[in-house]
Amino acid sequence: MKKELWKGNEAIAEAAIRAGCDCFFGYPITPQNEIPEYMALRMPQEGRVFVQSESEVAAINMVYGAAASGKRAMTSSSSPGVSLKQEGISYLAATNLPAVIVNVMRGGPGLGSIQPSQADYYQATRGGGNGDYRTVVLAPCNIQEAVDLTQEAFDLADAYRTPVVLLADGMIGQMMEPIVWRDIPKRECPPKDWAASGRNGRDKNVFLTSLLIEAADCEAHNLELEKKYRAIAEKEARWQERETEDCEILIVAYGTPSRIAMSAVEQLREKGIKAGLFRPITLWPFPEQALRQLAQQERVKSVLTVEMSLGQMVDDVRLAVNGAKPVYFEGRSGGSIPTVKEIVDAAERAWKGGL
Amino acid sequence: MKKEIMIAGFGGQGVMSIGKSLVEAGLEEGLEVSWVPSYGPEMRGGTANCSVILSDQLVGSPIVYTPTELIAMNVPSLRKFENDVIPGGAIFINSSIIKEEVLRDDVKIYRVPCDTIAEELGNGKVSNMVMLGAYIGATKALDPDTLRTMIRHMFAGRKEKLIPLNLEALQRGLDCVQG
Amino acid sequence: MTTVYRKTKGLQDTPLHYCPGCSHGIVHKLVGEVMEELGIIDTTIAVCPVGCAVFAGNYFACDTIEAAHGRAPAVATGIKRTHPDQPVFTYQGDGDLASIGAAEIVHAAMRGEKFTTIFINNAIYGMTGGQMAPTTLIGQRATTAPLGRTKDLHGEPIRMAEMLSTMGGLVYAERVCVADVPNIIKAKKAIKKAFEKQMNNEGFTFVEVLCACPTNWGMTTLDANRWVKEEMAAYYPLGVIKEV
Repeated sequence: MKKELWKGNEAIAEAAIRAGCDCFFGYPITPQNEIPEYMALRMPQEGRVFVQSESEVAAINMVYGAAASGKRAMTSSSSPGVSLKQEGISYLAATNLPAVIVNVMRGGPGLGSIQPSQADYYQATRGGGNGDYRTVVLAPCNIQEAVDLTQEAFDLADAYRTPVVLLADGMIGQMMEPIVWRDIPKRECPPKDWAASGRNGRDKNVFLTSLLIEAADCEAHNLELEKKYRAIAEKEARWQERETEDCEILIVAYGTPSRIAMSAVEQLREKGIKAGLFRPITLWPFPEQALRQLAQQERVKSVLTVEMSLGQMVDDVRLAVNGAKPVYFEGRSGGSIPTVKEIVDAAERAWKGGL
Repeated sequence: MKKEIMIAGFGGQGVMSIGKSLVEAGLEEGLEVSWVPSYGPEMRGGTANCSVILSDQLVGSPIVYTPTELIAMNVPSLRKFENDVIPGGAIFINSSIIKEEVLRDDVKIYRVPCDTIAEELGNGKVSNMVMLGAYIGATKALDPDTLRTMIRHMFAGRKEKLIPLNLEALQRGLDCVQG
Repeated sequence: MTTVYRKTKGLQDTPLHYCPGCSHGIVHKLVGEVMEELGIIDTTIAVCPVGCAVFAGNYFACDTIEAAHGRAPAVATGIKRTHPDQPVFTYQGDGDLASIGAAEIVHAAMRGEKFTTIFINNAIYGMTGGQMAPTTLIGQRATTAPLGRTKDLHGEPIRMAEMLSTMGGLVYAERVCVADVPNIIKAKKAIKKAFEKQMNNEGFTFVEVLCACPTNWGMTTLDANRWVKEEMAAYYPLGVIKEV
């Protein structure tokens, strides 16, 4: 298949179109503007819907309306804008509605910077809105993977009737790389007979609501959600391992830092330090079992987590490793990107610390 | 082969498109490539830069910290990045506007009067194409014919009359470093 | 036996939870009757608000989606844009529409979204227990304006129908009340006209209904309806505000 050069944001938008996204609702914010711009041009060409909303709040609620009435709906934004969407994401999760939300993360807190960051890990994986819920979180490390995961995100959302977050960083959104457009295997998705799309001869109306005013009803509903989340956690955790067969120092990183970490692994091996990389692809569900098994191996002396934050995923790494090995952390914040040298130095310290 | 190139200048000097041309031609020649722009307020007239990797291996980190070559289209860009270039690397200077000395003595220096040449050709906008020609002429990173095919493809149709101009600009750049 | 009255098929056979004297029941019935008369119960999608009408999906016979507080016009935009051939309406109170959802309603009107909004203006927050609304009248007491609303502290009440009528996308705005039979008949005509214009793809349509909230106003039903006609209608004039 022919390789084509694509900018990350535009590739994500095109992938959504190819995945059958019926409608896109968005609001401008750097560094994800190419997504709504691309959609504004391409969706009408496909006879589909694009609306520039008045705010991120409105955009996620447009997604909610389209999803509730049975359509494949998507929105994209960057960190401060995704904070505004949290209300809507909580409602989507509560109402069992499928939707795809793209977050091209930038530095924070507050208005922050516009450079790449991963400081929304907690928000994405813990459910940034109110209540007991989870969202599936997919974290691509290059544009090919961003494309593949975007296409899958719609299927995952429909299969489980749940919002799915594609968590990219500004680097993935802004850079250009070659990709190939390949056919992603499609999942069996159940019919949307739950949708409020008009009664059409049905005996009773559909009323989609997340208001369960009796505590017992609300709890029963939440236990049903929990059952679904457990099923997702069992079946959908994904990760990639590189050079882990004999590694003594295990680096854990996702997204852009995982690429830099891979360059660090090569340099460490040239220095005679057996380093390996564990890269979570789903951040929720976190590939906990796989990481635990790997960290428990005798030869692994210590674990180093690398993030573009001051330490968020490292909590999940510690929970997975569960004290079996020391867990170290190296991170940069606010839009700064860790260098290969910083990771190599941190890995050497971690390796010595684990001996 | 691995080229890690930093291209920097004022917004509007076409630094982004030098980078894009390099990755498109690199892809055409079967190389692994990546292009990372600086983005934000500097896109609107301040200093803009992009980093490009051309490699025969898969690209790991797409970020260029220590370029094998720097293309500096203005003085601030030269000053910002000249110390990052690896020893034995190269710096390409837009000598039409950069009169300052390069402070390094362990890199090759190519002075390319690309603005002057572009003006001689009657269109200041092709200055970046002159620089691109100089870069591939000096580094042999890519086959000039790949670039020529790309130019013919890029300006096909409505902008067809720009093809000879851009081919000439590329050639003048090549001549600069091969003379 | 002759049937002299039957409940509209536009409503389900469910007892309403609204307080005695509340106007919601009448407006629900009018919307239900309009859906039945236009033959659109099977195709309409309703969006209900946060507020007293939060359970409206248990009453309307059409498919219904509950929106987050104030977001009904955005939710309706998502529905209507993807279902352009089906009638869509939002049913919102004054806290929902004129306060927390002010941005969403203004921009839906600006874009000329082809759905209908039924705006219940009773000059108070009902469900949360009588707090001041953006529509609370000057001098009117509320639990968060215990001495009454003043211009100095709270500003003057907002006239949504007039404000939204400045938008090119709005093709029809009428203010009605349901305080007596002649007005109920006018209100139904207005709701029907709004749905018809929507179904003709003309643009955004808006019906503001002045409603009574005897519970939170601390009045009898009769006094409350009198207050709607005398006090509210004096500030919020009844009639067509805009028709294109």
